[in-house]
Amino acid sequence: MRNITAAASAAATVPSPDAAVEVRGICKMYAEMEALRSIDLDFPAGKLTTLLGPSGCGKTTLLKIIAGLIPATSGEVRVNGKPVTGPGPERAFVFQDFALMPWATVMRNVAFGLELKGVGKDERQAVAQKYIAEVGLSGFENKYPHELSGGMRQRVGLARAFAVNADVLLLDEPFSAVDEQNRRKFQEDLLRLVDLEKKTFIFVTHSIEEAVYCSDRIVILSRRPGRVAQIIEPEIDRTASPDAIRRDQGYLDTVEEIWQGLKRYVD
Amino acid sequence: MSAPAHANGSPRALPGTGASSFWGKLLEHRTALWRTASIGLFFLVWEIAGRIPISFAFPTFLETLRAFLTMLFDGSFVAAYAETLQPLVIGIAISAVLGVGLGIVMGLSRFAEWLVAPIFIVLQAAPMAALIPLITFVYGIGLVSKTLAVVMLALPVIALNGYKAVRNTNPSLVDMCRSFQGSWWQRIVKIILPDASPIIFAGLRLGLAAGFIGVILAELLITPTGIGDLITYHRSVADYPEMYAAVVSIILVSTLTLSALEAFEVRVLRPEKKKG
Ligand SMILES: Nc1ncnc2c1ncn2[C@@H]1O[C@H](COP(=O)(O)OP(=O)(O)OP(=O)(O)O)[C@@H](O)[C@H]1O
Ligand SMILES: [Mg+2]
Repeated sequence: MRNITAAASAAATVPSPDAAVEVRGICKMYAEMEALRSIDLDFPAGKLTTLLGPSGCGKTTLLKIIAGLIPATSGEVRVNGKPVTGPGPERAFVFQDFALMPWATVMRNVAFGLELKGVGKDERQAVAQKYIAEVGLSGFENKYPHELSGGMRQRVGLARAFAVNADVLLLDEPFSAVDEQNRRKFQEDLLRLVDLEKKTFIFVTHSIEEAVYCSDRIVILSRRPGRVAQIIEPEIDRTASPDAIRRDQGYLDTVEEIWQGLKRYVD
Repeated sequence: MSAPAHANGSPRALPGTGASSFWGKLLEHRTALWRTASIGLFFLVWEIAGRIPISFAFPTFLETLRAFLTMLFDGSFVAAYAETLQPLVIGIAISAVLGVGLGIVMGLSRFAEWLVAPIFIVLQAAPMAALIPLITFVYGIGLVSKTLAVVMLALPVIALNGYKAVRNTNPSLVDMCRSFQGSWWQRIVKIILPDASPIIFAGLRLGLAAGFIGVILAELLITPTGIGDLITYHRSVADYPEMYAAVVSIILVSTLTLSALEAFEVRVLRPEKKKG
């Protein structure tokens, strides 16, 4: 495990060449309430970075600012070197509540990003078909969301984000509405997809175990107003089996260390 | 002591296989059965009430049915509805287009909400029947007045429902559409309208029901034409079964139209409701 908090803040003003997303001095005020205070972060390309922190510390806010869904009060976000002014094709969002259209089938939901871009029906369905298979939902193409379990619905949300072929995937607590068994299965699948898709993942979670298990880098935010409290890079051998990783001493130590750090925010 | 008794009791509670398939089938059609039974009961009570009789002007169910069938086959219903439906269809068409359109605009824009919503809230609360003679005063006794009566009753509820529906669009779906760079137009057509359609259609159904009231009121209060004329005429010559048959026909026509609208909604806009 590597604690790189000091290194990160020193490097904050120098753009690192391998950063897919750079966050520079982001502040966010909701009316009189300060949600985020001068956030500086780099998200390395091709890696999975987790945002972890107590409830209400501004994780969703930061993710939505990166997505271009809400404006920052001050500061700048750059994706592949270009400043963010709104949503863009190089970013795709996976929503905590799935945000599936209840009136559309799995197929149409997955292909919706392409439908909005004006891609022809046959072409977009072929692409959607591929990602439906990749998230393990083959055979459910013509089902409606209410016919699926929570875990399956989030797989639809994930396939929809993959289908637009964005470089950066933003996931807001994608597993929070999924039960524990499905969640573990889903985490394993996600790691496989991170490996397969070679994309940059930014992942918000409440769960320390999930963060340590999935991430290349963990950003811990402090309580409101959110600031970067600590950055940790768990060094875990990902070639081991999922069960071996969950028993690995390095994994368990990292979980413990983060808990010790976060404990002071719990009242 | 109670536990063994319970254990003995439970196997007996399980129904035999033969009986269970019969009850299963019955359960499948339970709603249809209850509906038929309640309608049947209603007709029975009507028949009894008519025979007592509770009023000399109250015909029995069978007399009314006979009158209904006669009027259906001698063409008097056809002629009456050809006249009644004209202002109704025009009025509902105007109200639907205008109401849904204004509702969506009010839902999307705070300025339009501030400008238009109060008018409809006042109109919805106003006693429309009292305003109908006023329309006659301005627009005479022709088609315009009757159409206007329909619009006045149907438009507010359609517009207000559309407005509420759009205002309550799932914000997460709107964010989703934005995050995939959906245009302003795509957001309205592909997200807001389908998401709002159940409430918009509820408004259209209420509007249609109100429109029926409007056109009948107009025919009773302005000039007796169409089905309103049938009611007025048969009452004046004391043909009570015919008069009631005309009233029943209105209920039938409006129920059938409302069901057709509902079927259309499920088929076109919300296909997921067809299955479950
Ligand atoms: N639209 C808004 N208007 C006003 N305040 C808001 C708004 N959205 C969020 N907030 C506030 O900003 C703070 C940060 O919210 P945010 O949703 O980003 O937290 P979070 O870290 O995602 O929390 P959670 O873990 O509970 O999801 C919270 O205190 C919240 O109440
Ligand atoms: Mg959140």
